[in-house]
Amino acid sequence: MNLPVFYERREIVTPGDLLAEDDYVAGDNTYKKDGKIYATRVGLVGYENRKVFVVALKSFYVPYVGDLVIGKVVEVGLGSWLIDISAPYPALLRAADAINRPFKPQRDDLPSILDVGDLVMAKIVAYDRTRAPLLTIREPELGKVKRGQIVKITPTKIPRVIGRQGSMISMLKRETNCQIIVGQNGVILVSGKSPKDEQLVVMAIHRIKEEAHTSGLTDRITQMVKSEKGSVESA
Amino acid sequence: MKVPKKKPKKLIDEKDVRLDGRGLNELRPIKIEIGVLDNADGSAYIEQGKNKILAGVYGPKEAHPKHLSIPDRARLRCRYHMAPFSVDERKSPVPSRRERELSKVIRQALEPAVFVEYYPRTSIDIFIEILQADGGTRCAAITVASLALADAGIPMRSLVAACAAGKIDGRLVLDLMDTEDKEGEADVPLAWMPNSNAITLLQMDGSLTIEEFEQAVNMAMEGCKKIHELQKETLKAKYVAVKEEVEE
Amino acid sequence: MKSPIMIRVKQKQIAELVSLGKRLDGRELTDYREIQLEVGVVGRAEGSARVRIGKTEVLVGTKIALGAPFPDLPDRGVLTVTAELTPLASPTFEPGPPSEDAIELARVVDRGIRESKLIALEKLCVDPGKNVFIVFVDIYVLNHDGNLIDASALAALAALLNTKMFKYVVKEGEIKVKPGYTPLPVKNHPVAVTLAKINDKLIVDPWLEEEQVMDARITITTDKDGNICAMQKSGYGYFTMQQVLEAVKIAKEKAEELRKLVVKG
Repeated sequence: MNLPVFYERREIVTPGDLLAEDDYVAGDNTYKKDGKIYATRVGLVGYENRKVFVVALKSFYVPYVGDLVIGKVVEVGLGSWLIDISAPYPALLRAADAINRPFKPQRDDLPSILDVGDLVMAKIVAYDRTRAPLLTIREPELGKVKRGQIVKITPTKIPRVIGRQGSMISMLKRETNCQIIVGQNGVILVSGKSPKDEQLVVMAIHRIKEEAHTSGLTDRITQMVKSEKGSVESA
Repeated sequence: MKVPKKKPKKLIDEKDVRLDGRGLNELRPIKIEIGVLDNADGSAYIEQGKNKILAGVYGPKEAHPKHLSIPDRARLRCRYHMAPFSVDERKSPVPSRRERELSKVIRQALEPAVFVEYYPRTSIDIFIEILQADGGTRCAAITVASLALADAGIPMRSLVAACAAGKIDGRLVLDLMDTEDKEGEADVPLAWMPNSNAITLLQMDGSLTIEEFEQAVNMAMEGCKKIHELQKETLKAKYVAVKEEVEE
Repeated sequence: MKSPIMIRVKQKQIAELVSLGKRLDGRELTDYREIQLEVGVVGRAEGSARVRIGKTEVLVGTKIALGAPFPDLPDRGVLTVTAELTPLASPTFEPGPPSEDAIELARVVDRGIRESKLIALEKLCVDPGKNVFIVFVDIYVLNHDGNLIDASALAALAALLNTKMFKYVVKEGEIKVKPGYTPLPVKNHPVAVTLAKINDKLIVDPWLEEEQVMDARITITTDKDGNICAMQKSGYGYFTMQQVLEAVKIAKEKAEELRKLVVKG
C-alpha cells in the first residue's frame, strides 16, 4: 500500500511541516492532528514501518528512567538533596537512596555525605513529569565525584563524542589513558593520571563540539591528540 | 532629538509606488539569522526593512519565583523591549504601557504554537530586544521569536509568521513602515500558524469598513505565507550543517 | 493575574453546553447579560458613568485639566486612559502597579475612543504648542465577573457623553475659567463587543467562568457608521479566518443594540 508521505528519509524538517497522512503512527518529535502527522522540532525525518519520527538536531535533556547523569548539589534538605542535572527540572536524591542503611536524622549528617557544590554521578530511578525526577547513587560507580574535569555539551552531540560504534571515545581513552564517562544529560566527566591528560581530552571534546558538522572528524581529532601528546612529551 | 522632516504629501504615487519604492503588495526585504547568541538556549535575529530585532529564548527551566509556576503546563513569559536608541526621540528604558501590552499579545500569539503542556511547572522565557524600529516591530518580533523557540529545541505545533496590512492614501497595502503607519488610516497586524490556519494575533486600529477589513486580513495572510517560507528556508539552511554532523 | 484553578467537571459542563448552543445561565450564545447604566454618579468628576453587565461592575470617571500637548500634535487635545483593577473587585487582583491585564484593558478602550475620534480633540486646543485640554478617562473595576472590556468601553462612552467642559477666556495670554459649562465636543460613538471561543463556537459577553474555559477572545470595536475602529485578540488559543469574520458580523449587530442604551435618540 502506498500511503502519502511528504519527505524523503533524512530530509530536514521544521516544526509544523506535514510529514505523513492517514495510517501512520506519530513517533518522537511529531504529533498527530486530524489524521495528519507534523514535526514538532527541527530534525531529520525517518519512517520505520508505520511509524514516522524526527531525529531532533537541537534539543535539551529530558530525564529518562535508567539514564546515567552527572549533576551538582544545589541544596541540602532535611532528608534529601536537590541536584541540578541540566534538565528543565532539578532532581531529588533522597537520603535513603544515598546511604546503605536506614536514614536516621540524629546520626546521619547529610552535608558530610554530599554538600552544596559537590559533583554527583547518579542514575534516574523515577520520573513522570508530575514530580521532580528521583535519583539514586546506591550502585557501584555512582556517588560523589572526587576528581576529574567536566565538560558540558548539548545532548544531541553525544553520539558525535562517542563516534561510530564507540570509535571516537575509545580512541580518546586509548591515547590519553583517561576514564571518560558521558552523562546522558550532556555532562562528561574526564579523569586521568595527570591534569595534562585530562586537559587534552577536554580540548578534544571542545573541538568535537565546534567542528561536529565537518567530515573526517575522528581522523582529525586523532591527529590532534597525537601531535599534542608528542609536543607534551618532547617538551 | 528629532530632526524635522517634511511630511510627505502622498504615501503612494501615481504609479502605485510607495515612499520606499515598494509596490502595494510587497514586503520589505527580510534577512534572518539563527543561533546568534551564545548564552541563550535558542536565538534569532531579523532585519525587516529598517527594523533590527534580536530574540533570545531560555528554558524550559525551573520557574522563579516558584509560586508563578503552573501545575499543568509551562509558563511562557515574554518581554518585548525597545532599546532607548531604537527610535528618533530617546525612549526611556523603563517598559512603557505599550511595551507591556505588546509583551502580552506577542506571548499569546506564540503560546498556541508551543507544547506548553509537555513541561509542567517550568518557565520558558522569550526576550525580544528592538534595536532599531521602523514600524511593524510586533510582527517581526513574533516571526523572529518563533524561530528562536525552534532553535531552543522547544517542541512546537508550527512556526508562527506575522505580518501587517493596512490602509494608506485610501489603498490597502502590505507591511507598513513607520511613516505609513503614522500617516495612514489603518493598521491590521496579524500572526498566523499555517498548518492549522490559525490566527494567533489580530489587532486593528484606524478605520476600515468590514469589506476592507476582510481584504486586509487576506493580504496580511498572504504576507505571512511568504514570511513562513523564508522562516523554513533559514532554519533548514542553518541545520544543514548540523545534519552532516549526525550523518557522518 | 493568576487565574484560580477550575473544577474540571464544571469546565466540561460549560464547554458541552456551548457546543449544544446553550449556556449555564440560560443565555443564547449571542446574548448579553442584563446591562444597567447610570450616569453622573460622581459629582466631583467632570463626567462619570457606572455600568453593570450581570455582576460585572465598572465605574468610569473623567477629569479635564490644562496641560502641554504632544510635541508632534501641538494643536490637539490629549486623551489619557487608565484602568485600575481594584483589589476589592476580585480575589485575583493584587494591589500595586498596574498589571499587564489592566494595561491591556486601558489600551483597548483607549484605541476605541482614539481611532473612532470620539472626542473632537482639535476643539480642545487653547494655545497651540502650549496649552491644550487633557481628558483623563479613568476606569475603575469594582466587581469582576468577566468581560471587563465591554463594560469599561461602554462606561467610558457614557461618561464622555456626560462630561462637561470648562468655559474660558484668554486675556493677555492668561487663561481664565468662566462660570458655567459646555458639553465635551464629541463626534462618534464607538462600542466594544467581546466574543469568546469555546469548543469552536463563538459566544458573546463571556462571564468569568466562561473566560476561564475559553480558548481565545476577540474584542471588536465598531463606530456609529458600522466601521471597525479597533480590534484585539487575546487568550492562549486562536481563531480561524471564518471565525473572525463571523465575530465581526455579530459584533457590529450587538454594538448597535448597546449603543442605543447610551446614545438616546
